Amino acid sequence: MSQPLMVNRYRWYELIGIYAGILAFLTFILAPFVEGFLVSLKPLSQLFSSPYRFIPQNGSFEAYRTMWVSVPGFARYIFNSFFISTIVTAVVLMLVVPAAYAFARFKFRGSGHLLGAFLAVNMFSGAVLLIPLFRLMRSFGVLNTYFAIIVPGVAFLIPSAIWLLRTYMMRIPRELDEAAFVDGASHFYTLRRVILPIAMPGITVVAITTFIGSYAQQFIYALTFNSKTEYAPLPVGLFAYFGRQEVIWNELMAASFVGIAPAMIVIFFLQRYLVSGLTAGAVKQ
Amino acid sequence: MSVQRSTVIFAWILLLPALLYVAVIVAYPLVDTFILSFTDASLKKTTKWVGWINYEKIFNATFAEVIIRTFVWTFFSVSIKMIIGVFGASMLNAAVPGRALFRVLTMPPWIVPMAIGIFMWGWMYNGQFGMISGVLQRVGFADGPIAFLAQGSTAFWATIITDVWIGVPLVTLYMLAAMQSIPQDLYEAAWTDGAGRFYRFRRITVPLLIPSLITMSMLSLIATFNSFDIIWILTRGGPSGETTTMIIDTYRTAIGSNKYGEGAARAVLICIFLSIFCLAYFRVTSRLSSGENR
Repeated sequence: MSQPLMVNRYRWYELIGIYAGILAFLTFILAPFVEGFLVSLKPLSQLFSSPYRFIPQNGSFEAYRTMWVSVPGFARYIFNSFFISTIVTAVVLMLVVPAAYAFARFKFRGSGHLLGAFLAVNMFSGAVLLIPLFRLMRSFGVLNTYFAIIVPGVAFLIPSAIWLLRTYMMRIPRELDEAAFVDGASHFYTLRRVILPIAMPGITVVAITTFIGSYAQQFIYALTFNSKTEYAPLPVGLFAYFGRQEVIWNELMAASFVGIAPAMIVIFFLQRYLVSGLTAGAVKQ
Repeated sequence: MSVQRSTVIFAWILLLPALLYVAVIVAYPLVDTFILSFTDASLKKTTKWVGWINYEKIFNATFAEVIIRTFVWTFFSVSIKMIIGVFGASMLNAAVPGRALFRVLTMPPWIVPMAIGIFMWGWMYNGQFGMISGVLQRVGFADGPIAFLAQGSTAFWATIITDVWIGVPLVTLYMLAAMQSIPQDLYEAAWTDGAGRFYRFRRITVPLLIPSLITMSMLSLIATFNSFDIIWILTRGGPSGETTTMIIDTYRTAIGSNKYGEGAARAVLICIFLSIFCLAYFRVTSRLSSGENR
């Protein structure tokens, strides 16, 4: 749709209304980031002073340097977050790709109910199951290790990943499988050599959304199942800036921005995939 | 072995790893919660069966208050999310220059680790030095500093607003996708017949959007009911329990005080509510999709 249709042409006052609406909407969305960024530029003494000033006086990037000094382990927290999310994504893909294919292609007794059961997992947050999960992690002997954060994280990302990838795979023409099958290929060969290559864009979308989901939601397991700072991911690690007396707000905000920079870069380059992933899973019910 | 049968076996082999994983990490703990809720499990080595005592304890305490609060909190959070989300989506759906960029700018609260967004709000709610209190005083709406998280009434709304902020991007993008799947010809036909923009919105967009609206509200309801990080980081359920929802209460009982049995009973109650929502969701979506096929 390169040429705007007549129906979509706006009068000047409509345009003003739309842009005002977008401005109000985005102000709500972005205000905390703007404020957070300005806080990271202010010296601590200026932060704790009244009256409130929006724009920093003699602001500097000093906090971005001192944050590494105050919390020497910070780089480790970022690494941990990345490491955990990478492993989680890999495990989710290994479990979900075959399962999504099974749901997309084969009708067998109970398949509908089974899919429903998988989706029902989505309704429990880890918080509800925390007590038995804690006991389970303890009996596995993985408390206070990376696995304590990875193992439950994977389980709660499986349902949406299956749903998304199943939707994608259902759009691959069935004739392809049948042709391969008639030619004498085994089911497994068909999956590996015919379906996987075609489904690659869909798998990429699932990988990205899973990675981001994992990066964003490590808090509760890390808080409950891990007490060792060397395995703490970013959201828990940031609590290191909460001192005994006061919170070092400017460094906390600086550290937050350093921590979210990777996610922002991902959004910037992959937002097309993100939107299409969301859309595929959402609208085609 | 027939082709049919080997296909079914193959399907099960494909499903097995994911199925086993979810069975061990989700289904087993679910059963375990149920069993634990009838015991006095704690840090002690031994646990004994105590029957319904944990459930009786729930109801003699202030728990009815917690349940009502959870529902009120969830209701407002979901409603505001839907209102702002639909508003945002209809703005972003307009074919104006820059909308691709605006769409990207909608995503950050959803993609950034939740804890980080919550810290930012925590600072903004600060009474002495935070932005909201500061701006309100400047403009003259407030006489003195307002410590939003220190008073029950404001803390309640502050946690809702933050929850809305984190949930809005998903609602917006979902509703936007739904709006864009409405065939353009409908609008053109209505336009040819002389229908105005508002009339087209009311008579085409709104009716066709209702299934997605219901679906998203239900999904949002389930997610919001489970919301933990926001309240925990901002207020830990305080001040004096006025932001304590069922999830927070369960966490505090089970993990904070190590009363696993009592915590499990509370968790079972949450599961019951969630199952009701979930059944309603499946009901509604299956009715909606059968309506489409007709």
